[in-house]
Amino acid sequence: MDWIDILLKVVYCVLVVVVTMTIAGYSVMAERKIASWIQGRIGPNRARIPGIADIPVLGTALVKLGIFQLPADGLKFLFKEEPVPAHVKKVYYTIAPCLALVPALVVLVVLPFGVYYIDGQAHPLVLADLDIGILFILAISSLGVYGVVLGAWAGNNKYSFFGGVRSSAQMISYELALGMSILPVFMWANGPTGGLGDLTLFNVVTSQTALWNVIWMPIPAFVYLTALFAETNRLPFDMPETETELVGGFHTEYGGFKFGLYFTGEYAHMVIGSAVFTILFFGGWQFLPTFGFLPEWVANPWASWGWIGSVVSVIFFIVKLYALMVFFIWIRWTLPRFRYDQVMTIGWKYLLPMALACIVFYAIVIGAWDTFMNVQDTPAIINQSAP
Amino acid sequence: MHDFFFYLFSALTVLTALLVVLCPNAVNSAVFMIVSFVGTAALFLLLDAFFLAILQVLVYAGAVMVLFLFIIMLLDVERSSRVRPDVVTVVAASVAVLLLAFGMGYLFLTGHDATAATMAAVPQVPGGANPMEYATASRAFGYGLFTKYMLPFQVAGFLLLVAMVGVIVLSKRLTGSNEAGKPSAQEIRESEVSQS
Repeated sequence: MDWIDILLKVVYCVLVVVVTMTIAGYSVMAERKIASWIQGRIGPNRARIPGIADIPVLGTALVKLGIFQLPADGLKFLFKEEPVPAHVKKVYYTIAPCLALVPALVVLVVLPFGVYYIDGQAHPLVLADLDIGILFILAISSLGVYGVVLGAWAGNNKYSFFGGVRSSAQMISYELALGMSILPVFMWANGPTGGLGDLTLFNVVTSQTALWNVIWMPIPAFVYLTALFAETNRLPFDMPETETELVGGFHTEYGGFKFGLYFTGEYAHMVIGSAVFTILFFGGWQFLPTFGFLPEWVANPWASWGWIGSVVSVIFFIVKLYALMVFFIWIRWTLPRFRYDQVMTIGWKYLLPMALACIVFYAIVIGAWDTFMNVQDTPAIINQSAP
Repeated sequence: MHDFFFYLFSALTVLTALLVVLCPNAVNSAVFMIVSFVGTAALFLLLDAFFLAILQVLVYAGAVMVLFLFIIMLLDVERSSRVRPDVVTVVAASVAVLLLAFGMGYLFLTGHDATAATMAAVPQVPGGANPMEYATASRAFGYGLFTKYMLPFQVAGFLLLVAMVGVIVLSKRLTGSNEAGKPSAQEIRESEVSQS
């Protein structure tokens, strides 16, 4: 590989990470603003950057929206004194916050976020189009739990320790439901719609041209979304934190930038979870499903626009992603927290059997479709050349 | 480049595997074991076996080791007294190490001209690599599992089921005359009194 190729890859990676972190940062702001609207408050509306905030109408509006609160908060985390309590286990105490953030960013590698066309052939905008995309995402994001568990243990404090123990139990329980709920999606993507017999996410998006999966797989979508709330430790599943019982939960002993890493890590996990959910169930960057009778261009109206079309597809993807983020935030300020035993009951007694039943049901439906619609001659079986 | 990464990850895997055994602290051991698993996954990657590599991370590093850490932290193994190994354990371990050393030495000395065992032909994966043993796509794995390796696959699944049923039986052991596993109200009250 030429060094210029490597340099380009690095530039792409930095670009993707910067965009994701900006989205994550602004979700924090969205969270504070939406929370205040739901609770009948005004929310952050004071922070200002002199030059920009002085523009007559626009500047004032931005200040009122709290746009400049993000740089203020970020700088605060960066320059705050970092107290390291004497009783913590220093090595793990330092490593753990990085372990919480890094897996979330590594997952970005296989995440397709747009589409471009060469000679009418669609290609995904993605850093690495791996054959095993979704498994990669599941595997790497399952490593994120170590950030919480080790951080909680390193804190050497009863409350944070409880948070860590709860978190590991919760993550293990909901990972099962999460993994099972997406199987129908991949059965569909690789069956009747003629995918290439692999687990790439691009394949899933193209299989949804006729019908978004959320429309005819509402129960897997619901199971996945619920498990996603649990995996990202969001209310109503924020057992590891539960500030009313456990002070601050797993990050009780953390302050300054290390706490900031946990904080951004949570939002980065949310952004990536929403992105994956958009890809799996909401048709990725596609404009509208064709429902089988609308003309084909409805799915990708920007297919013939060249690079502008690619940019529009990315923007449309981000819009969908942000709608989901708002849903996350909305739920957080609406529902109360579950009790711990309720969390376990929901995970093991409801979500997991539901996911299993869905696998059986959709396997039968898709198998019947395959048989009666006679789709032996799908491109998956004919055209796949040896790797 | 390939060689460099191979030596790097091999060294990492072996070194951390050694540290798992040598660390006195159980949590350190568990963390080194995770690193060792990730190193093994990287070796799979170098063989182009992406599917195996990811399964290694997903199952072992992501799920099994979380449970390990959970148990270690919950039981606070660190503070439990250290047990000196008895004679039988020492003898058994020495024999095992000697056998392993002998086997590896034998392989190193004679392995160069040994031919790989021939296997029965596998049904051709439509569009897959030929022969299937060299295919790396996840599709090829599925095809192999449901054709040639169907029986071992089912047997392994059955073994796991047996283990699961065994765990349930063990954890639901009958206690006296009352309902399975559930302590009576009297017992709960007594335990609360004795704790306080």
